[in-house]
Amino acid sequence: MKEVIKVENLTKKFGNFTAVDNISFSVFEGEIFGFLGANGAGKTTAMRMLCGLSHPTFGKGNVAGFDIFRESESVKKNIGYMSQKFSLYEDLKVWENLRLFGGIYGMKLPEINAKTNRILSELGFESERNTLVKSLPLGWKQKLSFSVSIFHEPKIVFLDEPTGGVDPVVRRQFWELIYDAADRGITVFVTTHYMDEAEYCDRLSIMVDGKIIALDTPANLKQQFIVATMDEVFHKLARKAKRIDN
Amino acid sequence: MVSVININKSYGTLQALQNLSFEVNRGEIYGIIGPDGAGKTTLFRILTTLLLADSGMAFVDRLDVEKDYKQIRNIIGYMPGKFSLYQDMTVEENLDFFATVYNTTIQENYYLIEDIYKQIEPFKNRRAGKLSGGMKQKLALSCALIHKPTVLFLDEPTTGVDPVSRKEFWEMLKRLKNQGITILVSTPYMDEAKLCDRIALIQNGRFLKVDTPKNIVAQFTEALWSVKSSKMHRLLKDLRSHPEIITSFSFGESYHITINGTLKKEILFDYLIHHGHSEIEINPIQPSVEDCFMFFSKSN
Repeated sequence: MKEVIKVENLTKKFGNFTAVDNISFSVFEGEIFGFLGANGAGKTTAMRMLCGLSHPTFGKGNVAGFDIFRESESVKKNIGYMSQKFSLYEDLKVWENLRLFGGIYGMKLPEINAKTNRILSELGFESERNTLVKSLPLGWKQKLSFSVSIFHEPKIVFLDEPTGGVDPVVRRQFWELIYDAADRGITVFVTTHYMDEAEYCDRLSIMVDGKIIALDTPANLKQQFIVATMDEVFHKLARKAKRIDN
Repeated sequence: MVSVININKSYGTLQALQNLSFEVNRGEIYGIIGPDGAGKTTLFRILTTLLLADSGMAFVDRLDVEKDYKQIRNIIGYMPGKFSLYQDMTVEENLDFFATVYNTTIQENYYLIEDIYKQIEPFKNRRAGKLSGGMKQKLALSCALIHKPTVLFLDEPTTGVDPVSRKEFWEMLKRLKNQGITILVSTPYMDEAKLCDRIALIQNGRFLKVDTPKNIVAQFTEALWSVKSSKMHRLLKDLRSHPEIITSFSFGESYHITINGTLKKEILFDYLIHHGHSEIEINPIQPSVEDCFMFFSKSN
């Protein structure tokens, strides 16, 4: 299996606070990889380093074939990223957002137009083409954000809590979009606080106090900790956290 | 404690709340569960006197939300879905500010917030805007409680909060309930719904069901099976194309399906074998609140 993310001893310090503490792991092509941890465990900081948005204090990392230290611009071109807070322009219409992001990733206009039509039809959003993003319900925005993050067919997509606050029906529709992307060969790297979603991942890691303290398939983790659900695995591990959430 | 009678609210052509009526008892944890855009926040804003209904009446502790809004504001605590404290003030300044506005002091009701506030107290000199999600949530709840309200309105208080902190948060709501505080709470987490005394399932501005979690589950009369195989991605598509399967949804490591009464387990088994599945497991199961939510919102 081909490694599309390979990280060795990755560390990030802010002053004397070690947000990410010496983590090492690999993610394989086409995998859905869950990146779990409590609030403040260091997930977002680690993810920002992998996306080329933040420089590691030390350690090595290769994402989509590029060094996250020296080739962060090439990393950015070859990945998709859906951030927790912001991913779409609220004051632009649905089609304008797709046009803008397609353009940013250097796609040609005919390609952007064709793809816009295809995505709106797949999502059942044709009637919302001219709607301002700010007036869409949260679940629709999240589905659209995801489509934007893989609009340029990246090798890997990073999703930071994509389903936070989304209702049970739309959360499932969202995961079906993730499965479709994975079936097309896009590697998915995802964080979530929903433990039923953790079960949908091929493999997952659990971060506590900046360190990865468990990494395996959901089935193996449940077996290792002799529990029936990922929720119980998470509680057993995250309760070990010493540092206060900050 | 809270009483809503035929409330309507529209935004242009969108009817956010449609003739809604319900009662919340004193000391109850009342959960409002529904998809985005169902009207949850509109309802909270009307009950907290921040928005006027187009028609209908609502009372909080027998006070009218329209005429007695000033008195209501003194006896309620509200934690909006969006973080709404002063970002440029420190943790302690925010808390002190809210205490002062309500003509009280941090010391007077400290016992109410102690469990939560002591976790963020080491950071009391940090600006609220610089706190992490979990800490903001704890501060917002502390500020909503500092004047010892009789009714607490919590609009998705645990969104973006990890499972361990969520559990602690709900343990705390139980303690507040035991002090006699009435709590109205909305949440997208179905495991939290079952911790409420009663829940209302809301969709398109109407309540589909209102009952205890136990009774809601008891109203689910469809046959429900859990299905697994070695090829989970494929399995969902194959289940959905079976004519006698009504709904198929993912639930953690398996799919939950509701079926037409005549479908036999053996027949589904053969169908899946025929479609190339192995390690097939099919088991009848008891529904959860989440199954009910999925089913009732689909069939509505």
